[in-house]
Amino acid sequence: MSEYILEMEHISKTFPGVKALDNVELKVQKGEVHALIGENGAGKSTLIKVLAGIHGADEGGKYLFEGEKADIQEPMDATLKGMSIIYQDLSLFPNLSVAENIYIGRDSKKKPWTKINWKSMKKLANKALAELDMDIDLNKKVELLSIAQQQMIEIARALAFDSKLIVMDEPTSSLSSGEVEKLYNVIDKLKERGISVIFISHKLKELFRVSDRFTVLRDGQYVGTYDVNEIDEQGLIKKMVGREVVYETNKEKAETGEKLFEISSFSKEGNFKDIDLTLHRGEILAITGLVGSGRTELAQSIFGITKNVQGEMWLKGEELKISSSEDAVKKGIAYVPEARQTQGLVLEQSVINNMTLPIIDTLRNKLKLIDRNVEKNLTDQYIKSLDVRPAIPELTADKLSGGNQQKVVIGKWLSAQPKLLIIDEPTNGIDIGAKTEIHKLLRRMVNEGIGVIMISSELPEVLSVSDRILVMSRGRIAGEMNTVDADQEEIMKLALDNEGIESGNDTKTPNGTHHQEV
Amino acid sequence: MNAKLSKESILGLIAIGIFVGMSLFTPRFFSSSNLSNMMFQLPEFGLIALGMMVVIITGGIDLSITYIAAFSGVGAALMMTNGFGILPAIIVGILFALACGAFNGIVVSRIGVPPILVTLGTMVLFEGVILAITSGNAISGFPDAYSLIGNGYYMGIIPLSLLILLFFIILTGILLNKSTWGRRVYMYGSNDTATLFSGVKNSKVLMKVYLYASLLAAVSAIIMTSRYNSVKVDLGSSYLLQSVAAAVLGGTNIHGGYGKVMGTIYAVLIFQFIRNGLNLMGAHSSLVDVVIGAILIVVLTFNFFSDKFSRKKAENTPEKAA
Repeated sequence: MSEYILEMEHISKTFPGVKALDNVELKVQKGEVHALIGENGAGKSTLIKVLAGIHGADEGGKYLFEGEKADIQEPMDATLKGMSIIYQDLSLFPNLSVAENIYIGRDSKKKPWTKINWKSMKKLANKALAELDMDIDLNKKVELLSIAQQQMIEIARALAFDSKLIVMDEPTSSLSSGEVEKLYNVIDKLKERGISVIFISHKLKELFRVSDRFTVLRDGQYVGTYDVNEIDEQGLIKKMVGREVVYETNKEKAETGEKLFEISSFSKEGNFKDIDLTLHRGEILAITGLVGSGRTELAQSIFGITKNVQGEMWLKGEELKISSSEDAVKKGIAYVPEARQTQGLVLEQSVINNMTLPIIDTLRNKLKLIDRNVEKNLTDQYIKSLDVRPAIPELTADKLSGGNQQKVVIGKWLSAQPKLLIIDEPTNGIDIGAKTEIHKLLRRMVNEGIGVIMISSELPEVLSVSDRILVMSRGRIAGEMNTVDADQEEIMKLALDNEGIESGNDTKTPNGTHHQEV
Repeated sequence: MNAKLSKESILGLIAIGIFVGMSLFTPRFFSSSNLSNMMFQLPEFGLIALGMMVVIITGGIDLSITYIAAFSGVGAALMMTNGFGILPAIIVGILFALACGAFNGIVVSRIGVPPILVTLGTMVLFEGVILAITSGNAISGFPDAYSLIGNGYYMGIIPLSLLILLFFIILTGILLNKSTWGRRVYMYGSNDTATLFSGVKNSKVLMKVYLYASLLAAVSAIIMTSRYNSVKVDLGSSYLLQSVAAAVLGGTNIHGGYGKVMGTIYAVLIFQFIRNGLNLMGAHSSLVDVVIGAILIVVLTFNFFSDKFSRKKAENTPEKAA
């Protein structure tokens, strides 16, 4: 028997036109937590899909599971062999109970008329949950559970299947810090039981907390596997991007001009209360705080998506009455939402159609029809100035990487020539190269006289990009500071202030301290 | 698509193939009387199918569309039988239809009830209203000039009604592909959240969709009432589900976001050729339905798999320039 539970060597995967994986290696020892890291597009998901049997690899690779050739034709084969994959967006059945979700799939190779044994189902579910120290009502519908609890159900499901290898794809991305800690404990428990975990995350800090070894991929190629003791964060980043990257706190005091945008005593029942905010010409204002502190709700109220908001709002001296997103756009307000793929873009439609959506009425010719030439030229211009790749306006937006998608969303609003841009989590899920570009772009916009309000949970981003910081907590502004004088601990303290008075279960801490997100 | 033919062009070739096949193997298919017969039958169905297609592109469906047509026809008929002229009658017919469309549009766009439920309700509602007005009887006896719309020729060879259809084919094509409303219809159909977040007034877009569908229903109603010289509650009702079938056979995505005028028109032609050809061969009408149903299932299954295949291909290209 080999000490490796999983051995993948010389794995290549070619798609029409691209080599997504080129001679990649991934070897996972029994009972270790193995981090799989790399920038977006490095091939992590493709490798996992090969592992799970969603994609077949090219001929010539070696894929052993428990020392034997893994003959995996479809995902269920992988599950039955003892591999479980927990995807970022989870794959539970929301309308089924906890017990059913843990049990589901077990009968899939039996005859369809086999009677479900409810008793053994519950027993099995109970046992799995007990191993995780989870106390959840087995009959509860999964949709009523928090994301963290749902994740535990997935892990319990893996245990119920006697999985020997569990893949977790960005498991902490929507968890609060307390929940993350709990997850770490569960992972430790899995390790004790000799279960191996492949952990995919962009958060280096946590990778160092949970992992034993790292495998780094870059551009579909294998960079290397490293022991946690032989490499540090900077070294790992270097391996991932092939260059050294640092975020530096913005030490320059911005030259600010007159008031550009102002809101006063903004309130929305249940979301935020008495918000006053002023944005000056020439500054980037960051709003940070925990998820659930009301930041996004505030932004969406300014943009007219959230209705029935009390308070007043002025843009360039003009008082605004906004009751729809259409009004907001007409008044020169643009909003780049956090959910790029569902709110920011119409994924199935072309880049050109997305780019001109807010301003399509201004692109009409004498016959009141869309002037395709003007539209095309405008799109080309923004594709060029934002360096969207591939630079094909007719390509549907779903074929672009996260960073390029975000550029299209930004381009869409630039074309509308806004006076105020509110950008919500501008670089969420974007690799570091595109991140820097987007940050530079925000600065350029400010220099051109556009007001920029950036909402971000990522403190390093807040500190390096903004000029002034507002910290929100529980629907109120908990503090304000100039970035020059700000430090992370103080922001965290303000963000957490008032916290704990009521239960802060559905909140998430900003990704604190000096780590680098990649 | 590169050098590959578009879905619509393939459908067009199939339509031509069926036409040629029927002409060769069905004795009277290519006779002038049969051809003119088909040309007269085509417009009323074509218009309803186009209206249905526009609604389906938004991800909705209009189950009340043929009852809107009947309602509109009854409106026009009552005007004429009460001594009003043709033009006022047509205008009233169109207004009746637009009122129905507005009602659908308001409930769908403002209140947000799913289109299938709203139009299922209005379908029954409009039917009830028509029954109440007509007591279930046919209204007939229109001026001779009126019957020209559905039976007359332009330059002695092209049916007037076909020209009307042609006009609306072009109009619908221009509106969908070149107008800002059309652009928004496709965008809304693909992702109505993203359109909202882009400052699009979704309710306005939808409202116009239901109004436009009802307008097409009204035009179809005028042609039908003129052709039959009578109107009853079930005017055009057999076109209801056929129009859905034609739209989806024509490539319209039932979930919204995609649909082309020519695709739907080719599908309408295919239905027409097969129905007519099989009738001429002496096939029982139930057999005709079986054949059309079978074709529909085969084509849609094929579409489903080819979409799945191309989607998979798209998913399989994760190496995106970052």
